[in-house]
Amino acid sequence: MTENSLDTAGRRAADQTGGARAAASGPESLAAPEAADSATSSTAVAPPPGGGRPPRPTLGRRAVVFADSLWRPALVLAVFFVAWWFVAAREYVPNYLVPTPGQVWETMTTQWSELARHTVVTLYETVLGFVLAAALGLVTAVAIAYSRTLDKALYPIVLFAQVIPKIAIAPLLVVWFGLGLTPKIILAVLIAFFPVVISGVAGLRSTDPELLDLAATMGAGPWRTFRKIRFPNALPHLMAGLKVAVTLAVVGAVVGEFVGASEGLGYVLLLANGNLDAPLLFADLILMSAIGIVLFVLVEIAEALLIPWHASRRAGVSLTTS
Amino acid sequence: MTPAPAATGTAIGMSGLTVRFTTRRSQTTALDNVSLDIEPGEFVTIVGPSGCGKSTLLKIVAGLVTPTSGEVSLLRRPVRGPQKEIGFVFQKAALLEWRGARANILLQAEMRGMDRTTAARRADELIEMTGLTGFEKALPHELSGGMQQRVALCRALLHSPPVLLMDEPFGALDALTREQMNAELHRIWRETGTTVVLVTHSIAEAVFLGTRVVVMSPRPGRIIRTFPVELPAHRDYAQVMSDPRFDRLATDLRGLLGSAAANH
Repeated sequence: MTENSLDTAGRRAADQTGGARAAASGPESLAAPEAADSATSSTAVAPPPGGGRPPRPTLGRRAVVFADSLWRPALVLAVFFVAWWFVAAREYVPNYLVPTPGQVWETMTTQWSELARHTVVTLYETVLGFVLAAALGLVTAVAIAYSRTLDKALYPIVLFAQVIPKIAIAPLLVVWFGLGLTPKIILAVLIAFFPVVISGVAGLRSTDPELLDLAATMGAGPWRTFRKIRFPNALPHLMAGLKVAVTLAVVGAVVGEFVGASEGLGYVLLLANGNLDAPLLFADLILMSAIGIVLFVLVEIAEALLIPWHASRRAGVSLTTS
Repeated sequence: MTPAPAATGTAIGMSGLTVRFTTRRSQTTALDNVSLDIEPGEFVTIVGPSGCGKSTLLKIVAGLVTPTSGEVSLLRRPVRGPQKEIGFVFQKAALLEWRGARANILLQAEMRGMDRTTAARRADELIEMTGLTGFEKALPHELSGGMQQRVALCRALLHSPPVLLMDEPFGALDALTREQMNAELHRIWRETGTTVVLVTHSIAEAVFLGTRVVVMSPRPGRIIRTFPVELPAHRDYAQVMSDPRFDRLATDLRGLLGSAAANH
């Protein structure tokens, strides 16, 4: 038994150097300095014998990485604000066109309750539209990926739904569904649907055919194969599509509000525009972007939680845009 | 260790297997009238140049490819559709990259709906047997090629299949790791008594592992000859390499395969 475990340890060590060598070299690995370099580095990457996987970064380390990823965009933003304030305060541009940050802030605070109500409406339309688009998109993607017939039948319709200018059908939707929330949600679904389908199909089709062969010899039915192999395999693609979709859903909701609404940020924007109320216009724009950014970050967090194995393959800890 | 079923009759029977692929331009014959019977507990290695249909042959036995004509039986039942009584190992490890080593091995149990406790115990046995202890939670990209292939082997053995099919399982490994894996596979085969069919490019691998070596011709794939391997059942890598019988057989095989295969 002792002999056996010794044998095992030796084999493991030898295997690792073997692996490192394989990683480091092409056919001619002879003594090139880079080859030696990468051999040592890949040995360092390989898990320590008996130690399992390499240690995950600590919370402190992650915070440092996060702060490090944040300071550059923060700086750019700060410069932008200073420039804006400078231009507006000196009135290089008339105040009714570009208000100062102070004026915008004042509008934001004094009209906060009103603005918050409209933000909630737009947020509601966006989220509902996004969720519906994600669900419908996923179902469509599964249908397209699994059935050749459905692929041929559905793909042209999906493409048609994508190429038709959404803004052009917005009035029609208002005529059909009135001034309520329905046309906005439908518009958000229409605009967010396409990236979900495309990424879902790409993800589901990227399954290693050998894994599918293997699943067949394991006697598993299509549902189990989907749940254990194809769906998790599609998740990285799908999450990328969802990130695009969530930002587009905001656009859909706002466009819907432009065409005919009595509430929502799009409605407020038209109102502010008509009254030449630049501070309100700016405050409204900031809130619209905030919705998009918050939802995007939420999807990224969901991604990090759902597929940590994928995130761990990318360099660094990504909490924000990668 | 669960012993394989008692040796009664053939484990795998192939007769007159022919496979033709029709592409838009032409028709190619991948396999031409291949017949081979494999007894339970045998370790049959198949060598041949690239594109001789070796892999197709394995897939036919697994029920993943339907031959154009001919009959194939597994454990004396005709093969219709994918077979469950086998373990399959590919050249790529084909692991689920989101699962740790142990969870990857247990995929076999989950897909089959095997009893969890039995499967877990068996997985731990296999992990120890293949020297994966300490790497149970490691994700595939954290493992070396050899380690990944060990995980794939454990996965294929989890349900103690009476037949193990291996399609160039060590073809992507470096020479040193490959030798170790050969020695390990030989030991596992002795311990489990599983019937193994292994497809390879390597003459050394074919002779060291096989109780019988089948040599195939370039496309269209035919069986040229079958050699019994007259080496002891219990083999040690270094000893076998210096055994004159090994040399003789390897030379014969090399001559038969011609320079194209020998250079591989």
